[in-house]
Amino acid sequence: MSSVSLGHQENYLAADFRLWSWLTTLDHKRIAILYTVSITLLFFIGGSAAALIRLDLLTPHSELVSIETYNKLFTMHGVIMVWFFLIPSIPATLGNFLVPLMIGARDLAFPRLNLLSWYLYVIGALFAIESLIAGGVDTGWTFYTPFSTLFSNTHVFAAVTGVFIAGFSSILTGLNFIVTIHEMRAPGLTWFRLPLFIWAMYATSLILVLATPVLAMTLVLVTVEHLFRIGVFDPALGGDPLLFQHLFWFYSHPAVYIMIVPAMGVASEIIGCFARNRIFGYRFMAYAMLAIAAFGFLVWGHHMFVSGQSAYAGTVFSLLTFLVSVPSAIKVFNWTATLYKGRISLEAPMLYALGFVGLFTIGGLTGLFLASLGLDVQLHDTYFVVAHFHYIMVGGAVMAFFGGIHFWWPKITGRMYSDRWARIAAIVTFIGFNLTFFPQFIVGYLGMPRRYPEYPPEFQIWNVLSSSGAIVLAFGYVLPLFYLFWSLRHGPRAPSNPWNAKGLEWQTSSPPLPENFLRTPVVTEEPYAYATQRSSDG
Amino acid sequence: MASAAPPLAPQFDDVEQQRDASKLGIWIFLATEILFFGVLFAAYAITRVNHPAAFAAGSRLTDVSLASINTAVLLTSSLTMALGVHAAQSGTPRATVGWLAATVALGTAFLVVKAMEYRVDYIEHLVPTVNFFYPGPQSGQVELFFYLYFVVTGVHALHVFIGVAVISVIAYMAWNNTFSPEYFTPVDLTGLYWHLVDIIWLFVYPLLYLISRS
Amino acid sequence: MEHLEFFPQRASSIASTIDDIYFVWLGLSAIVALAIGALIVFFIIKYRKGSSSPQPAPDDPAHERAMHRIEITWTLIPLAIFLAMFAWSTRAYYESVTVPPDAMPIYVVGKQWMWHIEHPGGQREINELHVPLGRTIELVMTSQDVIHSFSIPGFRVKQDVLPGRYTTLWFKTTRAGDFRWFCTQYCGTAHSQMIGRVVVMDANDYSSWLVATQTPGSMAELGAASFRQFGCSGCHSPNATVHAPRLEGLFGTTVQLQDGRTVVADERFIRDSVFLPNKNVPQSYQPIMPSFRGQIDEQQMLEIIEYIKSLQSVSQGVTQ
Repeated sequence: MSSVSLGHQENYLAADFRLWSWLTTLDHKRIAILYTVSITLLFFIGGSAAALIRLDLLTPHSELVSIETYNKLFTMHGVIMVWFFLIPSIPATLGNFLVPLMIGARDLAFPRLNLLSWYLYVIGALFAIESLIAGGVDTGWTFYTPFSTLFSNTHVFAAVTGVFIAGFSSILTGLNFIVTIHEMRAPGLTWFRLPLFIWAMYATSLILVLATPVLAMTLVLVTVEHLFRIGVFDPALGGDPLLFQHLFWFYSHPAVYIMIVPAMGVASEIIGCFARNRIFGYRFMAYAMLAIAAFGFLVWGHHMFVSGQSAYAGTVFSLLTFLVSVPSAIKVFNWTATLYKGRISLEAPMLYALGFVGLFTIGGLTGLFLASLGLDVQLHDTYFVVAHFHYIMVGGAVMAFFGGIHFWWPKITGRMYSDRWARIAAIVTFIGFNLTFFPQFIVGYLGMPRRYPEYPPEFQIWNVLSSSGAIVLAFGYVLPLFYLFWSLRHGPRAPSNPWNAKGLEWQTSSPPLPENFLRTPVVTEEPYAYATQRSSDG
Repeated sequence: MASAAPPLAPQFDDVEQQRDASKLGIWIFLATEILFFGVLFAAYAITRVNHPAAFAAGSRLTDVSLASINTAVLLTSSLTMALGVHAAQSGTPRATVGWLAATVALGTAFLVVKAMEYRVDYIEHLVPTVNFFYPGPQSGQVELFFYLYFVVTGVHALHVFIGVAVISVIAYMAWNNTFSPEYFTPVDLTGLYWHLVDIIWLFVYPLLYLISRS
Repeated sequence: MEHLEFFPQRASSIASTIDDIYFVWLGLSAIVALAIGALIVFFIIKYRKGSSSPQPAPDDPAHERAMHRIEITWTLIPLAIFLAMFAWSTRAYYESVTVPPDAMPIYVVGKQWMWHIEHPGGQREINELHVPLGRTIELVMTSQDVIHSFSIPGFRVKQDVLPGRYTTLWFKTTRAGDFRWFCTQYCGTAHSQMIGRVVVMDANDYSSWLVATQTPGSMAELGAASFRQFGCSGCHSPNATVHAPRLEGLFGTTVQLQDGRTVVADERFIRDSVFLPNKNVPQSYQPIMPSFRGQIDEQQMLEIIEYIKSLQSVSQGVTQ
């Protein structure tokens, strides 16, 4: 870690160009970049699997790939996208970069643990990629027993090990954020002056550290049972396959909140800035994220309404699921209300953020369908569920992630990109996304099951619509690669605060110094003091 | 023989912040360990409730005398660890090294006794998929009991082993006069980890060895 | 297909309730989504940068209180709607999982990657299920290997099918015809080929079909044969020297177990007693029954269960 030398003028990117300095860095900003590069790579691997899936589904029979290959494709798509893209995405890239900056600190509390977390992520990813190259896994990303433990003869061990190792990466990130936010805030930065992005990172970190260990041990049990052909999930010996589902979903439901709460934080930052308004109901917004994190641990059984779980348990989980939906609804209303009497401009980050609000709303509303016990019987394990979670995770989290990348790109890289091309990408993504996933709601209610490479011919029209949309969506995702990379070389240099945004990260240079601030800032104003600024500006 | 001023990592403003951060960090880590073991306890509890007779039979086949020795060993090691932390805090490096070495010895003794216990289990044909044999129709469920027994005690023993290694390193640092009343955080944190490992054993022991034994 | 289908046919007694819940959510969601969308678009236009929009809202306590009231309102209204929908859909769910007493059981064994159906009269089918229109049918299902799921979208029913235990679903058909059924829990390579056809026939056609597909024995008769073949009658009979529970009239009654629990002698109880005999030892009996794991397959087990179901208690009359 470089010494705190005042007057050190080189930014963190220029401080040392050697590859070795990157691989041994303790600078949270560089680690964020390392993560960004890795998860982008994994995103395109997972996305390629999705492309093949949608192409194969153009016809009712699996003509592009064999059904064995199809099963491996949807498994790897899920494993990679959930654990190697979405879970780390915003926290490990934007979170790592911004948390110290936003609170006026020089780095996270434990820079070496931060670097270790990246290496664990990479090692985990290598195991997952190895399982892919060696022939793939066909259990589904959910690894249900006894299929995954006693029946599948694909590369379960490598895939599960990869996820297990990557889980420790998550835990270390969460631990780092919680300690940093508690202990290292700048003078004057009280809890209720924190940006909502920090609240989001905090709530997410609570889930990261409490839920991920459950996954880790569950995967250990699966691995041991797979290797030794004996275990507590095997009914032949008196074990219970449902026990696996309970343990798995106890982690995996909170995991979806790991994926969406950071996106909510990003959305608040962007909307506040481009509406030039205080976030409506700041405290409700902060409490809502904590409530989602807490209640999120109580609803896992809603993935198991049809599993053989008791009706009584189902009733309790259904009620709790409705309760956990309330804070999310509040947040949507509050983002909308933030626009009221604002002064709104529609740069690319804002388009992504508003797209997030719309798509998250639809995704969240369809969650209510699924929370309804009687109706879920019809919808469970159909494409309705697939559409629901893609609306939230892709329409929601990925759009917000892209929005965040665009919002903070000038800060991270010191360059401005072409806003015109970025707006085109945002709009193309929004349209492509809806074309891809809306038809899936319809074909789901009609009864088309998930994980089917072959389907009855009456479902074909909806699959063709969906796959056509996927082509548009893919274009929307690939486009930013071009103009963002182009900006690194040819984009105009960014000022410290190109968006005239509030927040400590904008008070330092673009890109920042290795130690972030020349002098530790002192905070005196409320967060999102845009309106005050406008009033005083006249 | 106090050492020089405690090292301050550059991201922290002062030693107090550094110490507070370290303490909060270790407590969060301990929380993750509790959830980690929680899965095993949940799996054990649920399977036990489903097969009470078979699991009681399994409990009776465990070696409670060796396990009881281990309980005494581990509890004593928590005491020596606590005394080691206290010695570090008092700025007495030789006492610190002594108590930490005692903890290492006791932790190692735990692992040796555990190995003896596993050997007995092997001799008595109680190792699942290796040489397990139990007469009667309950065989499958008793094998499940021992599967859980080996996983739970194995994961716990792994944590003991890691603890022994870390305490050895800390003892070596104490020998080199690294610690002082102003800076003994690594000893403190290691102590907390060791106490958690002990507490987990205090749940493992009755749940696996004692319940329904008679 | 000439016309585009958006919703599956309604072919069971609960289908319209489920569809109603779906349509209400659809309506509510459309209203909310469109309202939010419209508001966002409206605000973007009205308050765009450069327009002569008013100053931002003031920051005083009165304003704060008003905003607070708005927040509470739009917290409580969704909560009220959610609770109402929860109550309605939970009631529908209980109706859909509570098997009516007059249901006729049909037995299903799922395995990778096909479905075996067995009617009480002994008729067997593979990947097809013939049922009479208007009768209440209960499917008693188990898996021979991994978790499967039995789903008939037209009837709005679905239930996971597990190894080692029985799960049930019931339906009462309201229209004749062919209806697709799917396996809806991923179960390996040919999961998407594990599909079938439910054929709902009017009463006459169904009777003819039963006759046409008749087998030498009903399930209960086949079960009785297995009961003797595997030696069960050696212990579970009036002349046995071994002290074993009598099975006449047992099915459906409550049983006191040795460890103090009380359980209902349902399909699972019978099955566990055969494969995991030490799990449910009844009071005042010794755990001496051997396990028949590996000797009796799932279909034979179901036949034995049908046989035991048919055993009237001794006082009730002639044992079949």
